[in-house]
Amino acid sequence: MERVTLADLNRRSVLFGTGALVLAFTLKPALAQTKSPGDETQNFQAVAQPAPELPGSLKTNPNLESWLRVEASGKATIFTGKAELGQGIKTALLQIAAEELKIPFERLSLVGPDTVLSPNEGYTAGSHSIQDSGTAIRHAAAQAREILLAEAGRRLSVPVEQLRAADGAITGPGGEKLGYGELVSDHLIEGRAQPTSKLTAPDQFVEMGKPRRRIDIPAKVTGGAAYIQDMRPDGMLHGRIVRPPSPGARLQAVDLSQAETMPGVVKVIRDGNFLAVIADKEWQAIKAMRALSAAAQWQETATLPDMADLPAVLMAMPADDGIVADKRGPVSAARSEEATFTRPYQIHGSIGPSCGLAQLVDGLTTVWTHTQGVYPDQKAIAQMLGVPIEKVRCIHVEGSGCYGHNGADDAGADAALLAQVVPGRPVRVQWMREQEHAWEPFSPGMVTKVRAGLDDKGNVVDWNYELWSNGHNSRPGTAGALLGAQHIAKAFPLDAQKLQITPEGNGDRNSNPLYAFPSRHVVWHFLADAPIRVSALRGLGAYMNVFSIENFMDDLASKAGADPVEYRLRHLDDQRARDVVERAARNFGWKAGQKAPEDHGFGFAFARYKNLAAYCAVAMEVKVEKETGRVRLIRATSAVDAGEVVNPDGVANQVQGGIIQAASWTLYEAATFDRTRITSVDWSTYPIMRFDALPQAVDVDIIPRPGTPFLGAGECGQGPGGAAVANAITNAIGRRIYDLPLTREKVRAAAQLRA
Amino acid sequence: MRMVRYLASAVGVVMIVMLAGIAYAWRSQISPVDVPPASSFDAATIARGASLAAVGNCSVCHTKAGGEVFAGGLALPTPFGTIYATNITPDPETGIGRWSEQAFARAMREGVDREGRHLYPAFPYDHFTKVTDEDNRALYAYMMTRKPVRSETPPNELPFPINVRMVLAGWKLLFFKPGVYQPDSTKSAEWNRGAYLAEGLGHCGACHTPRNLMGAEKTDQLYAGGEAEGWNAYALNAASPAPVPWTVDSLTRYLSNGYEEQHGVARGPMAPVTANMGSAAPGDAKAIATYIASVMGEPSVERKARGEGVSKSPAAQSPGVLVQAAGSQSLPVTVDPKDPGAAIYAAACSSCHDAGRPVPYGGLPLRLSSATHGPTPMNPINVILYGLPAPEGERGPIMPGFAGTLTDRQVADLLAYMRKTFSDQPAWKDIEPLVADIRAGAKDTELHSLGSDGNAPANPTKRETSW
Amino acid sequence: MVALTVNGKTHQVDVDPDTPLLYVLRGELELNAAKYGCGLGQCGACTVLVDGEPVFSCVTPVLVLEGRKVTTVEGLGTLEAPGPLQQAFIEEQAAQCGYCIAGMMMRAQALLQRNAAATDEEIKAHMEPNLCRCGTHMRIMAAIKRAGKLMQTASAASTGRTG
Repeated sequence: MERVTLADLNRRSVLFGTGALVLAFTLKPALAQTKSPGDETQNFQAVAQPAPELPGSLKTNPNLESWLRVEASGKATIFTGKAELGQGIKTALLQIAAEELKIPFERLSLVGPDTVLSPNEGYTAGSHSIQDSGTAIRHAAAQAREILLAEAGRRLSVPVEQLRAADGAITGPGGEKLGYGELVSDHLIEGRAQPTSKLTAPDQFVEMGKPRRRIDIPAKVTGGAAYIQDMRPDGMLHGRIVRPPSPGARLQAVDLSQAETMPGVVKVIRDGNFLAVIADKEWQAIKAMRALSAAAQWQETATLPDMADLPAVLMAMPADDGIVADKRGPVSAARSEEATFTRPYQIHGSIGPSCGLAQLVDGLTTVWTHTQGVYPDQKAIAQMLGVPIEKVRCIHVEGSGCYGHNGADDAGADAALLAQVVPGRPVRVQWMREQEHAWEPFSPGMVTKVRAGLDDKGNVVDWNYELWSNGHNSRPGTAGALLGAQHIAKAFPLDAQKLQITPEGNGDRNSNPLYAFPSRHVVWHFLADAPIRVSALRGLGAYMNVFSIENFMDDLASKAGADPVEYRLRHLDDQRARDVVERAARNFGWKAGQKAPEDHGFGFAFARYKNLAAYCAVAMEVKVEKETGRVRLIRATSAVDAGEVVNPDGVANQVQGGIIQAASWTLYEAATFDRTRITSVDWSTYPIMRFDALPQAVDVDIIPRPGTPFLGAGECGQGPGGAAVANAITNAIGRRIYDLPLTREKVRAAAQLRA
Repeated sequence: MRMVRYLASAVGVVMIVMLAGIAYAWRSQISPVDVPPASSFDAATIARGASLAAVGNCSVCHTKAGGEVFAGGLALPTPFGTIYATNITPDPETGIGRWSEQAFARAMREGVDREGRHLYPAFPYDHFTKVTDEDNRALYAYMMTRKPVRSETPPNELPFPINVRMVLAGWKLLFFKPGVYQPDSTKSAEWNRGAYLAEGLGHCGACHTPRNLMGAEKTDQLYAGGEAEGWNAYALNAASPAPVPWTVDSLTRYLSNGYEEQHGVARGPMAPVTANMGSAAPGDAKAIATYIASVMGEPSVERKARGEGVSKSPAAQSPGVLVQAAGSQSLPVTVDPKDPGAAIYAAACSSCHDAGRPVPYGGLPLRLSSATHGPTPMNPINVILYGLPAPEGERGPIMPGFAGTLTDRQVADLLAYMRKTFSDQPAWKDIEPLVADIRAGAKDTELHSLGSDGNAPANPTKRETSW
Repeated sequence: MVALTVNGKTHQVDVDPDTPLLYVLRGELELNAAKYGCGLGQCGACTVLVDGEPVFSCVTPVLVLEGRKVTTVEGLGTLEAPGPLQQAFIEEQAAQCGYCIAGMMMRAQALLQRNAAATDEEIKAHMEPNLCRCGTHMRIMAAIKRAGKLMQTASAASTGRTG
């Protein structure tokens, strides 16, 4: 077998196997390297693009062998840098590969993020996975198929036009058949991704666009090993961390002796403010952790903001102003309206607290982690450990759903720290529930202020929007983003956060409305100092910005005496936007001038996620018990345009879940704290939606757009879902509540004010 | 609150019928009126009515699970059958929309409906009779401005002769003393306000005063402790089992917040009472506390000393330190592993109840618990079996129930250990059969958690500031 | 040593008697389904059945389980031969991250064993102790109802065979 020498020997040595065809090329020096504008997947850092002319993640990983390998057995392996987070990405990516490679789905397997095996696609974030990885795999698979066709044509001496690829084989005009396995068994095809590919026409799809059952679900419902929490490598030890009692606490003294003598305890670790135990069994580790916690004395300082006055605190903080949009036209406003909205800090609240597993063997620390970004973590952990980057390998293993930057990276780093103490032994670190609630990076508290100039018909002629927020991204890139690295004696500080205005947006995501307002000014008062640890939660600023815009649009419609749906359509030029709005309204049975049943309310909201990804409109009916303030979701109808859709059932599942999750954020959720400690540390103190508040139905109608680019859909429901709940409540009680969350007490007070 | 024991003996019933003259029993109908428009009531009166309705806990009985507020339909189990709470929304056909203010006030004062029928004392008119005309006017204004809900009240399921309402006239003759509250001029205005609310709308005695065989409160044992919906309603007089004697301040906090640091969290039927009190007019909770504290009287020297003893036991940690450090649980206490109850306590209870995390979210140290000091183990059995379910969409304590985890025997062992260890009271007898009864539903146990029952208004900010 | 019957098989496990069942299932018996979620009995991710009743295995010390029968998701069926609940969750695709699902299934199993025809309201009330963060609730509800139907069909079929 012919082999190609490649720069990245480490990866190749694993990739190459006897009898396997790796569709590979000699790496050529890139003719032109450009840098992409940073987006969420790249930590908002500009990234070198060796091949800017290629589609999707081929820009950064232009070699076909980074993406797929056809085995002599006739099976194929697909490589992705995007992580399965419960969004069904594994299944969807394999559907794409099966479609374009023309191979049965069952003959495919997937290798996920791994700093040795997979392409570097940065973070799995921002609803980018299908757009980036899916696009790359689609083109790589299509080009591989063409290479196979060419090879078959050569062997059969038949023009490629007369050959047909299907079911993992090439069939000639006379019925002669060559399996992919045969084609790759004796020689290697070289190739590097081309800018264009022969993509399958949507009307020929047999796999894409069809609902397919997810490959990860059977193990999850039968007790298979499905999560990092389920890993039990031989010799595994259990670690637990004792965190400081508050963000500003410093360890003054600790007596390690009691914990050290407890049954099963292997090590007790103190490194600066980092305290941990390692034990043989999990329960032994927990007991030792509790003993160690009781033996520690901390000096606490009040570092947290005044929660009772958070909007004022945020607006008074020093800010860098970033201009998101500045398109001022001649304004002849007859009058103006304004409103201010506030949102508390909220948490990811994964059902499974974060977990990490690490093992140090011969100087190489391998970290199994449910991070969204193995490559950035590799870099950060290597920096924390003070070792060269190749001495750390990060492998993604699925965890509980994370919805953004939760404790996953920190738990991986914790495990890496503990693994250094017990060389050779795998150490599993499981965070406790209260640690996850208190220490995961929160989604920042925000204030938004909107002022609209209106013409005599009540239409918007001028739009001014301001938001006050920290950055929504403090993911690892450097060690300072890792909690353990902040706590060890040789502490790493968090990198200073800098204002960046990017096309996809951060805290300012979706702050610029898609509506065709003739004049607009949008500014992000970027707060560099974060008094509470914050980072990315599903949608970043989009949830709050869409919430504010869509609540205010309803207010404006009401002032104009217009129907909320009609009023939105007045201001929408984008036909695809109009289509989802009209579709959701029609499916809901929305009628201008309608009146909801007594105590019920109808609400509507729309956004195009990031103004670049999927379009989503949601119509919602709620019931409000005015006496108690309790809100019941009755039904929700949504329409989504996600461009070309790979797995419609997967999109529906994501959007349905997004609407329910956003309803929970909107109705219930607020992280709480005093000036020293976080006080929302479990489900008692941070309630989320339970079954009782569920609607009867949440419908998702996907508008097919065959032949158009993929539009990320995983987060498109958050903004419209939350805003539709609020608009429906307002419709029911006749008053708007401007401060999230819309708790029972606030709803009750508002309802009674009106009465 | 609802009573569970009514008209306990057939002999008594016959006697009552004989005593009750038809002439006495007869009440006239009050003519129906058109539903008064909301505009006929002023906002201040409605708001006062809302506060009074909260003190009266009206919504809790007059709303069925998942039903519209005040639309009735809640089944009230009694030893003789089931009574259904009526629809008190202003619906003209199925509610009280056709009731004049006069008819409403008569129902409150005399326990007679608009048509002139005697009401079952499940509607506690023996207390509501004390409500002033002015307050009845405010309550009427509040009720008549609620959303009318069309909802038929199911017919009561009662056997003869209890199903004959005329019989109730005899009961009233024996046990019912109509008349508005008369202030005690020797007491302060706050005390009188508290007494008026507690004795009247608040109907505290309906649960906290023991009842006789005929289901009437024993007037000679006011607040000596009763039973309600499968729960002990602890004595509010000198016999209060609270290890730390209640004070005006602690009672005020408990009534308006639903928990008190040295007494724990309201649960069972008391949970919605406190949730409602949280939305009553400022000062009402303190007024009731003032009155109830006076009923309890100054604690004896021994009780005071005991209270100081248990409340001073230091927590191993300053409260909450553990919470973010390593979770909210602590290392369990060390116990004699041969005592089965002690072993269960150490393994299943101690890590929360001895962790030093303050209530309401942390477990109350059981030496402070009225439940471990109470006359029967009924309340702790309920809590052990069913826990404190999660409040709906609000902050609130959650305690897991152990019904599936522990056998009757194990619950009994655990309780015996708790009683022995955390109280100075004599051992409870026959715990195990009571556990079995409660598990089998024999006690019709109501399981409210703190404010989680949909009928009581939300009150989360009272539990902790929340932006 | 503690004796424990799990999914019909009796095990002798060498753990402290105060060890919560969850850690015995996961650590000693290497059963994956029951999950650590909170350790406080607040979320239901660890739910298993003890004598047919749902319990939070994270707060159930093994010392109380002598002679009792524990059932986990592994006892409902296998990848090759899934039980009705497993089949229904697959057919409804009732998972996103899936971390809560095993606990959901066990609590649902307790209900369906008593009443395979439970209504929406009964299911919601029964499932109240269990949390899902992905918002998969609607599909979980659908899967539980589907499983109920599968169980009714199966029971009708077996009645038909024997009768």
